[in-house]
Amino acid sequence: MTRALILLRRRLVGSVFVLLIVVIGTFLLLEAAPGDAVDAYIVSTGGDAGMIELLRHRWGLDQSELTRLANYLWALLHLDLGQSVTFSRPIRDVILERLPNTLLLMVSATALSFGLGSALGIYAGARPGSARDRFLSIGSLALYAVPGFWLGLVLIVIFAVDLRWLPIGGIETLASDKTGLDRAADIAIHLILPVAALGFIYLALYLRMMRAGMAEAWRQDFVLAARARGLSRRRVVLAHVARNALLPLITMLGLQSAQMLGGSVVIESVFSVPGLGRLAQEAVAARDTPLLLGIILTSAVLVVVINLLVDIAYAFLDPRVGAGEAGA
Amino acid sequence: MNPLRRFLRTPEAVAGAILLAALIGMALIAPLLFPGDPQAIAGPALLPPFQDWSLPLGTDRLGRDVQAELFHGARTSLAVGLAAAAAALAIGSVVGTLAGFAGGLVDEVLMRVTDAFQTVPSFLLALAFVSVVGPSLGIVVAAIALGTWTGPARIARAEVLSIRERDYVASARAIGMHPLEIAFREVLPNALPPVLAMSSVIVAAAILTEAALSFLGLGDPNRVTWGGMIAEGRAVLRTAPFLSIVPGIALVLTVLGVYLAGEGIVETTAVRRGLS
Repeated sequence: MTRALILLRRRLVGSVFVLLIVVIGTFLLLEAAPGDAVDAYIVSTGGDAGMIELLRHRWGLDQSELTRLANYLWALLHLDLGQSVTFSRPIRDVILERLPNTLLLMVSATALSFGLGSALGIYAGARPGSARDRFLSIGSLALYAVPGFWLGLVLIVIFAVDLRWLPIGGIETLASDKTGLDRAADIAIHLILPVAALGFIYLALYLRMMRAGMAEAWRQDFVLAARARGLSRRRVVLAHVARNALLPLITMLGLQSAQMLGGSVVIESVFSVPGLGRLAQEAVAARDTPLLLGIILTSAVLVVVINLLVDIAYAFLDPRVGAGEAGA
Repeated sequence: MNPLRRFLRTPEAVAGAILLAALIGMALIAPLLFPGDPQAIAGPALLPPFQDWSLPLGTDRLGRDVQAELFHGARTSLAVGLAAAAAALAIGSVVGTLAGFAGGLVDEVLMRVTDAFQTVPSFLLALAFVSVVGPSLGIVVAAIALGTWTGPARIARAEVLSIRERDYVASARAIGMHPLEIAFREVLPNALPPVLAMSSVIVAAAILTEAALSFLGLGDPNRVTWGGMIAEGRAVLRTAPFLSIVPGIALVLTVLGVYLAGEGIVETTAVRRGLS
């Protein structure tokens, strides 16, 4: 337990620095945008030069870049992300409202890709070089080549347009007064297609990693020893080969989280899921720079937290990870 | 056995090479086969494929020739994929070499910046970058490179760390070579092979990212892109799904070709170098 705590503390300090770089870098990038929130606001509402002047002053946009960065960081310390022009609400509230949908999508898609991917990887890796191994390897490569958003559209054509089995988009049936389990089931049905589109792409990654790890493990002495002890093939595969190949997959889980979050931007757009990704697109369309900044920051924090959790899980699963080498 | 023969004996690699050759052929002959603007109206709107042999793949919502668009789209995909990957590999190797060779504070700072770039979802970063600077081919390339240089940087750094202790680096130091000259003329070229082995994955990822950006309407508006074609077809997904499906198949085959050929090259050369 103390080992995990030391690891956690070390990682937390590093993460704060990284997040600081993210904030400053993103702030400066978005500052470079031609036009600011006032321009965007005036385009949609109309107003004269005096109005522009007044708004710039009220929103603090007439101050220097450095002052505004300092103000932003100070506000961040109080978990204040500023005010969204498009939504006329605090950005934090808008993001927190959308975040659960994205998390639900991400967690489900990760469970699908990790679970099915590693299971198929074990199936392929149990007999390296066999017909099923070759088939799964090539099949997974083909799957990896498929753009997620296109897979989403194809799934819509098949299951929502032609077969009419599943809804075409959204997170739940609008204006239905479902509650409790009914509502959960409704959301689950709406999530089937987006989760499949997002999860199947990354499935290939876990399958291939698992397979490669198992091919490696087959050559190890402890596997030879296990076979020499006369353990059943099933036992050798599951308890020795697959178990050792599983650890790198868990690290991948953390590394993939940023990718998954990026992928969900497009998938949310295809399926009209009101999540963080769709919000990012709305922010881009409305030139709502502070909102975009808030979304990028939230995503970065999410990625950092997921990686911390993965590190902790890893420290528990692999006794070889000592506190000494944990900071590497 | 020479690497070429080994490559030709791997069916997957040959399949990949054929797919890639077909794509490059499409990109090269596009302006000859379909001169003029591929976005010009060529016939009646929403003509289904295989109806009229002058327009074999039919037309889209505005009556544009799908086949001409498909060929011209190959140019964009290939150009963006190659340019973005080249930029990412170049930035990554330079940053990785500097970090690994300099060590100390330089290493610490560069690696934290790398961490920061890996913490922000690269697609979100590309989205923000393109929306800030405005969509054009060069900006899309830069946006994709911005999110993909970190992998090559880490690999280059790890490689440089092991190379910098070797004898020839010590002798370069002894003859008084400038450290930057050692880093970029002695160390970097030797650190490149494992970095270059990543190229196919990076080209493939770049092509997919470009397609996704175009799909969201953030591609170069003056060029035909497969992602843009898929987005166009989305409006008539119920009545004319082929408009979205055809360019998607082109994308899948392209990326698959890049993976298969890339894997084939890496495997044949790794064997030659006795690594496998």
